[in-house]
Amino acid sequence: MPVFWIVLIVLALAAAGYVLGQSRALTQVDGDARKLHSRPGYYGWNVAFSTALPALVLMVIWLFLQPAIIGNSVSSTISDDAIPEGQTRGIVLSEAAQIADKLSSAVSQGVLSRPEMMALRVDDADGMGRLKDAGLAVLTRPPVLGAAQQYLGMQRMGSIWLGILSLALAGTGFAWALMRTKPDFRARNVVERVMRGMLIACSSIAIATTLGIVLSLVFESIHFFRLYQWQHFFFGTEWTPSFGGGSKLGMLPLLWGTLYISVIALLFAVPIGLFAAIYMSEYASPRVRSVVKPAIEILAGIPTIVYGLFALVTVGPMIRDWIASPLGLGNSGSSVMTAGLVMGVMLVPFVSSLSDDIINAVPQSLRDGSLGLGSTRSETIRQVVLPAALPGIVGAVLLAASRAIGETMIVVLGAGAMAQISGNPFEAMTTITVKIVGQLTGDNDFASPETLVAFALGLTLFVLTLGLNIFALYIVRKYREQYE
Amino acid sequence: MNDMSLVERRLVQDEIKITARDVQVFYGEKHAIKDVNVDILDKTVTAFIGPSGCGKSTFLRCINRMNDTIDICRVEGRIALDGEDIYDRRVDPVQLRAKVGMVFQKPNPFPKSIYDNVAYGPRIHGLARGRAELDEIVEKSLRGAALWNEVKDRLQEPGTGLSGGQQQRLCIARAVATAPEVLLMDEPCSALDPIATSQVEELIDQLRQEFSVVIVTHSMQQAARVSQKTAFFHLGNLVEYGETDDIFTNPQDPRTESYISGRIG
Amino acid sequence: MTDATDPGTIPAQPARHTSGSLLTASARTKRRNAAEARFKAYGIAAIAIAVLALCFLMSSIVRDGAGAFRQTYASIPVTVSAEVVDPKGNRDPAEMAKVISLSYGKLLDDSLKAWIAAENIRIEGLSDADTKSFFSGEAPARLRNMVLADPELVGQTVEMTALTSSRIDGMFKGRVTEETAALDSKTSVAQFRLAQAMKENGALVTKFNGDFITKPDASDNRAEAAGIGVAILGSFYMMLIVLILALPIGVAASIYLEEFAPKNRLTDVIEVNIANLAAVPSIVFGILGLAAFINFVGLPRSTPVVGGLVLTLMTLPTIIISTRAALKSVPPSIRDAALGVGASRMQTVFHHVLPLAMPGILTGTIIGLAQALGETAPLLLIGMVAFVTTFPAAPPEGFFDPASALPVQVYNWTQRADPAFSERASGAIIVLLIFLLCMNLLAIFLRRRFERRW
Repeated sequence: MPVFWIVLIVLALAAAGYVLGQSRALTQVDGDARKLHSRPGYYGWNVAFSTALPALVLMVIWLFLQPAIIGNSVSSTISDDAIPEGQTRGIVLSEAAQIADKLSSAVSQGVLSRPEMMALRVDDADGMGRLKDAGLAVLTRPPVLGAAQQYLGMQRMGSIWLGILSLALAGTGFAWALMRTKPDFRARNVVERVMRGMLIACSSIAIATTLGIVLSLVFESIHFFRLYQWQHFFFGTEWTPSFGGGSKLGMLPLLWGTLYISVIALLFAVPIGLFAAIYMSEYASPRVRSVVKPAIEILAGIPTIVYGLFALVTVGPMIRDWIASPLGLGNSGSSVMTAGLVMGVMLVPFVSSLSDDIINAVPQSLRDGSLGLGSTRSETIRQVVLPAALPGIVGAVLLAASRAIGETMIVVLGAGAMAQISGNPFEAMTTITVKIVGQLTGDNDFASPETLVAFALGLTLFVLTLGLNIFALYIVRKYREQYE
Repeated sequence: MNDMSLVERRLVQDEIKITARDVQVFYGEKHAIKDVNVDILDKTVTAFIGPSGCGKSTFLRCINRMNDTIDICRVEGRIALDGEDIYDRRVDPVQLRAKVGMVFQKPNPFPKSIYDNVAYGPRIHGLARGRAELDEIVEKSLRGAALWNEVKDRLQEPGTGLSGGQQQRLCIARAVATAPEVLLMDEPCSALDPIATSQVEELIDQLRQEFSVVIVTHSMQQAARVSQKTAFFHLGNLVEYGETDDIFTNPQDPRTESYISGRIG
Repeated sequence: MTDATDPGTIPAQPARHTSGSLLTASARTKRRNAAEARFKAYGIAAIAIAVLALCFLMSSIVRDGAGAFRQTYASIPVTVSAEVVDPKGNRDPAEMAKVISLSYGKLLDDSLKAWIAAENIRIEGLSDADTKSFFSGEAPARLRNMVLADPELVGQTVEMTALTSSRIDGMFKGRVTEETAALDSKTSVAQFRLAQAMKENGALVTKFNGDFITKPDASDNRAEAAGIGVAILGSFYMMLIVLILALPIGVAASIYLEEFAPKNRLTDVIEVNIANLAAVPSIVFGILGLAAFINFVGLPRSTPVVGGLVLTLMTLPTIIISTRAALKSVPPSIRDAALGVGASRMQTVFHHVLPLAMPGILTGTIIGLAQALGETAPLLLIGMVAFVTTFPAAPPEGFFDPASALPVQVYNWTQRADPAFSERASGAIIVLLIFLLCMNLLAIFLRRRFERRW
């Protein structure tokens, strides 16, 4: 890990800079810190930041871009005739990358020296034999081997240059900052400006994440829609992917399953969650509240894989054996009902803790007013508190709906994989998230529509949930402002 | 206006509406009300005055058992309405509160239309047999609260859209619409400007013809203006109770005197 | 004063409805109180249904998973015959290492047969296949390791505690009965009876299964040997990365947004963005990880580093939201006091506000970590579902080695045929839930211990 060592060296340099900067500032005023513009520590920090930050930023950018640049340049050296019939450029490149892996481990195990490795030819019996003996047999064609060697060569050049440049940058920063260390140098202002910049950079990571999500979804989706007509994707009623070609990738059956399961989940979770929240905030004694509320928070933290396993192992067979089979409605363990009910159980703590907050935001004076007129608690709740809290509760339900639509593990384990549009809740159906998992797990060929469709599904899911979230959060925000 | 009330003050009502004997109130460990004995008359405005934290609001909330909604609050002693103990086990606080209405410090109209705000009480208590009767109650109550002329053209607009003084009168109309026998008012003017305050004060004087009104106020001038009887509370004790004129002109207890002359409070 | 001064508008009141005594409830009051009681009952019923459902969930997981912590071992004398394990007879470890596990399996098989004969156990229809499939495929490998580690054992008879197959194990956990054994191609009635006989003899023991927690995953037909060691380590590595990245970044972002950010369009966008990011389905983060970290940056698949980065991005909004709440709860008077004695805003934040907000920040971070620990869907997409049996190395290199994660291991096991894996999946869930419970309790403890009321 040469990068690791470069980082360590830079950090060590920065630490030295801290000490030196501080002592240099102090010696210039004969140890009388009062004559400095800033506390001595700030002079130290100034040197440390100037040393480490530019070098580290360079490293991060470099490491982020290097693979893509190398990949592109290697790819451009492979001529089109070097790609065999029935294969894509991507497959050849990944083959080259695998061989590069083997060659570099051969060098690190001492089977081949680096020059020997770089000079290796496909017909070089000695070299190939040594590789084979070490369990690293390489079977390949000249252009691929060449690409692999070029790949390794560029990687090595890259890390050498990265080392040189970042150490040079660190050294320059170190010297420059140390030279600027004078008693009237406004070290604190500089350091605080830098820290502020770092804080801003950290806050913008949230935006970068969203941007990353949107870009990765949109780019791959564009690839997909080049290979597959968008009308057929959005309005197709058949989902039959086959990696041999001729797939039908209509989204409607998946959307139907998603919505059907979400509706069942909400029909279960909303009344129960809401009534539980009402009881908790209007009837329960403070002692009960102080126990039950944290308990609900913990329950809301149960991972969905737990619910998924519960659906698969317990609820699914139970619904099949007790309800679906006796009524002749189906004999599948995984069904819309299974996934919907279990998801409903998962959503109960979510709905109830959101509603609880919202009901508590209704001012006590309204309750007093109603009780003072001689209404019962339930009349107060039904006719005063709930109407007042309605916008907030609608927001909470929408957030729950967005969660239900985006939920993955429960439906992967509980709903089944049958893409169909049916009204029978005891049949297995499938959802958008299940198919995203299905198309993207295992080995992927990122050039086939069957893999790329997952990104289009992801985009649909993202847009759907984002719309719900923005709307719900807007409603909740407006609601809170009303009572603040 | 002032002369008229002076005349009326002499018409002493002697029908006792509420009797309180040895009332104690505890908030957890805190003894908030100590040994309060008082007789409140019908068709009279009774003012509770005293420095803040003296227990006057607490005692007021005992009269319609609003303290029941506070978990740590405990009431001892006997409070009777028309001779019936309101803390009797058989008494339903809901039924009690229909007889003893309450107006709060801050105007708290429901987030509903003006009409629905006033109609809320009659609806839950089933006072009207039909829409027409309900309309009539709403109109009478709004007139009674001196608000009708201001809102008659916008009864379906939200009650929260009114000004502070209008909101408080709406709350009074809401309380009046339930046809209570006693009306409790907890500093009803403390959140209002002087003009709105004088409107509400005039209204209180009108209400006296129908109800026994008990008003908590932090303003001695207000107590002097609107009430016939005044009770002075201090540190949870009822220090002095009597004719308003007597309390303000000739207080018996030195503490009352200090408070009225502004030395404590 | 409009209508009040109007002559003739004396408040005329509707007829009083309750002229009756307070002590008797009117018919209407009774009706209303009944409605009140019904409404309250709905609330209690809702809580009861929720609690029952969750109790049912917990009990079924514990019922199914408890078996994973107990495992059946056969304890019989095994003769380590020299002809098999050391055919050249020179005790040279290099030579002995060339003997594969399969030969050791024969040793076990022979020893079992010898033991049956010695104990005079007669079972009708006991075939070679029955004794052969009695032990786990893992047992010969362990015997081999034992012998290679201590060549002295060659030629001796050692008392060995050997792992039995998942079917034998199932017989003592109620999973396999005589009836199901008859229908099962991987076991038989004779094997069932043999196991019962050995149990009576004390040669079969079901005891605590520490290997489940420390050993790596095993292949499809060795359910009895599968463990969650690699998964725990992988999850631990990812949590380490999340903690190292998400805590400082999240705290820095919150400090900026709460203490420094001017109120403008950009900060509004960031705020809305963070709130929405917290509600984006986790699987979308998986797609991001796949597209950005694996395909674009070229980080290796199935590694803790990619998982850690994805979970960091997912956890950030949670940490930012709770950190901001913690910062907000520090009263402005503290800031005024510090600024008043001439501290810069940065000094005010780092010397006064941040230390006071620390308990709240830590609580939020722990809850965020707990969330990340249980997350499954995004990890499926970045290849953590791969079958990994070697432990990753120590960090930082280990971050780039393939590993599994606890929740993914659970998913992985649910996809396998042998019902013994289902038991292990529930067992792994129990371990996961214990971790989560500890983290949540720690968070609650921190909150209670350091909570300040201003």
